[in-house]
Amino acid sequence: MTVAVAGAGPKRRGPAQRFKQSWQKHWYAYAMAAPVVVVLGVLVGYPLVQGLYLTLTDANSLNSARTIGVNHIAATYKFIGLHNYADILWGPTAWDRFWSHFLWTVVWTAACVALHYCIGLGLALLLNQKLRGRTFYRMLLILPWAVPTFVTVFSWRIMLGDSGIVNSVLGSLHLPQPAWLEEPHFQQLAAIIVNTWCGVPFMMVSLLGGLQSISADLYEAAEMDGAGPWQRFLNVTLPGLRSVSSTVVLLGIIWTFNQFAIIFLLFGNGAPDAQILVTWAYRLGFGQQPRDYAQSAAYGVLLLSILIVFTSFYRRWLARSEKANS
Amino acid sequence: MTTPTTPSTPTTPMTLTTGTSPAEQTPPAARRPARPVRRDRPGRRATVLSHTALSIASLIALFPIAWLAFLSLGPDKSDYLHPGRIWSKISFANYSFVLEHTRFFTWLGNTALIAVATSVIGVFMAATAGYAVSRMRFPGHKKLMWLLLVTQMFPVAVLMVPMYVILADLGLIDTFGALILVYCSTAVPYCAWMLKGYFDTIPYEIDEAGRVDGLSPFGTFWRLILPLARPGLAVAGFYTCLTAWGEVAFASTFMLDDSKYTLAVGLSSFVSEHDAQWNYMAATAVLIAIPVSVIFYLVQKHLVTGLTAGGTKG
Repeated sequence: MTVAVAGAGPKRRGPAQRFKQSWQKHWYAYAMAAPVVVVLGVLVGYPLVQGLYLTLTDANSLNSARTIGVNHIAATYKFIGLHNYADILWGPTAWDRFWSHFLWTVVWTAACVALHYCIGLGLALLLNQKLRGRTFYRMLLILPWAVPTFVTVFSWRIMLGDSGIVNSVLGSLHLPQPAWLEEPHFQQLAAIIVNTWCGVPFMMVSLLGGLQSISADLYEAAEMDGAGPWQRFLNVTLPGLRSVSSTVVLLGIIWTFNQFAIIFLLFGNGAPDAQILVTWAYRLGFGQQPRDYAQSAAYGVLLLSILIVFTSFYRRWLARSEKANS
Repeated sequence: MTTPTTPSTPTTPMTLTTGTSPAEQTPPAARRPARPVRRDRPGRRATVLSHTALSIASLIALFPIAWLAFLSLGPDKSDYLHPGRIWSKISFANYSFVLEHTRFFTWLGNTALIAVATSVIGVFMAATAGYAVSRMRFPGHKKLMWLLLVTQMFPVAVLMVPMYVILADLGLIDTFGALILVYCSTAVPYCAWMLKGYFDTIPYEIDEAGRVDGLSPFGTFWRLILPLARPGLAVAGFYTCLTAWGEVAFASTFMLDDSKYTLAVGLSSFVSEHDAQWNYMAATAVLIAIPVSVIFYLVQKHLVTGLTAGGTKG
């Protein structure tokens, strides 16, 4: 991690001249950025380095330092190099432990973000008209975002349960009543449904803000040129939303990829097939005995690498498409 | 879709034809220079359709919460299995039980303390950095932005294990300080990112005017920009509060004693593997949801401006 040098002022010698100049010009900027850099260094950097080291060991709750009563037991875990990564990626049963969850995580992220975006955009477009009761609709539609996730997930658990309202309704319509919280595929479907319900309002509000910032002149001009509603949507609305969309989609992908609470609360420690990588890693580290710290941390590092690689590609792709469009 | 008999303007994006067919459109020459069709006056059919769609969506959004509120009125443990029977015996017994016999207020206090402390620290730390990144092109500012974004991507699993180990070494497990520290690690970069977006919407001329009048960069920030950015600060703080308020993973791992629980953990403790007290759970959930939703509605207008910067230049 590159840490902007805040404390090392003019005392420092090295590539002195250039540094000195830049320091004199920008010292206040460094001073202003310093607190955050320090906080991140202490709260994120240090644990991250620790975590990276842990992934190279065989640490678990049995060989880590711990205190039982008055006896303090020193850590006895040892350095094993890259063994953890090798084991996760191509060890025995790697498919069951990593790749199947990886695949499901990708499917889950893609499905959720696509649903979030499409439904959110549709609702934003509807709310962007001059309708009676617009504010009232908006208040209701934001509810899933306003009420904390840990509350609503329990509500869904009751609704999707054996004799829950969802299946009662399906039954009264003579439709099949799946065991939402027991069967693997329905568990996955249930997770996607609940997450979609929770995530749409954020997209909707963001995109509504974007829609309201598109100037009406553009629409007028398009109308003068004889563009129909569909063409106006394609050629005015979508380009006008580009910057907002790229931000919220990226955030959405990151959040969904790391969505812990919904799956954790919906299935607890069951449902091995519906666990995405984050919840799976948590289970290895804290949901079992003995707790496998090293493997859990290794999963975490792999997850982070996937996200960082994805984000840099995403940004590059954005930059390229912006160049192509300008 | 059937074509309507009255020529209404097809404003619904459902007509996937590119424009209207010439048959429906009177050629411009033959048309009286009538009032141009206003885009924001949808036809009657479109209005009905919009209302229908929005009503259905609102119903879906509202239902799980309303259902939970309804179930919380059934006094017995198994009432949630037979919602039909609740009508005949509606009572607030669950609420009085939760308020009098559980640690609800302790949990509420814990959660509020942690959330507020996190937001105050987060906003204070983040404001200067957000300003620096927004206004000053110092070497490394791109790297800093990138760094702030990357910390948003940290999955729970990356930091949880090392943090647990570190905090255990420091003897901080099962203290509020542990959670505040952990939450700050996400809150600070997040707030900085958000505030940067907010500062971007404040015209640069204001800074320049300040500088011309002889203020130092700090003076400009402190006297001109911060007062202007007050709504942004409030939003960033609120957002952090929300996140800390609803966090589950760290809270349920680092807090062991039930007098230290946050609401999220306390709520799940009603529904453990051996005992499902759904009725108390539902009542507690409603008690949590009401104040949060009220506050949320007061600030929701400003919530997104920071995230999707530049959208609302008034």
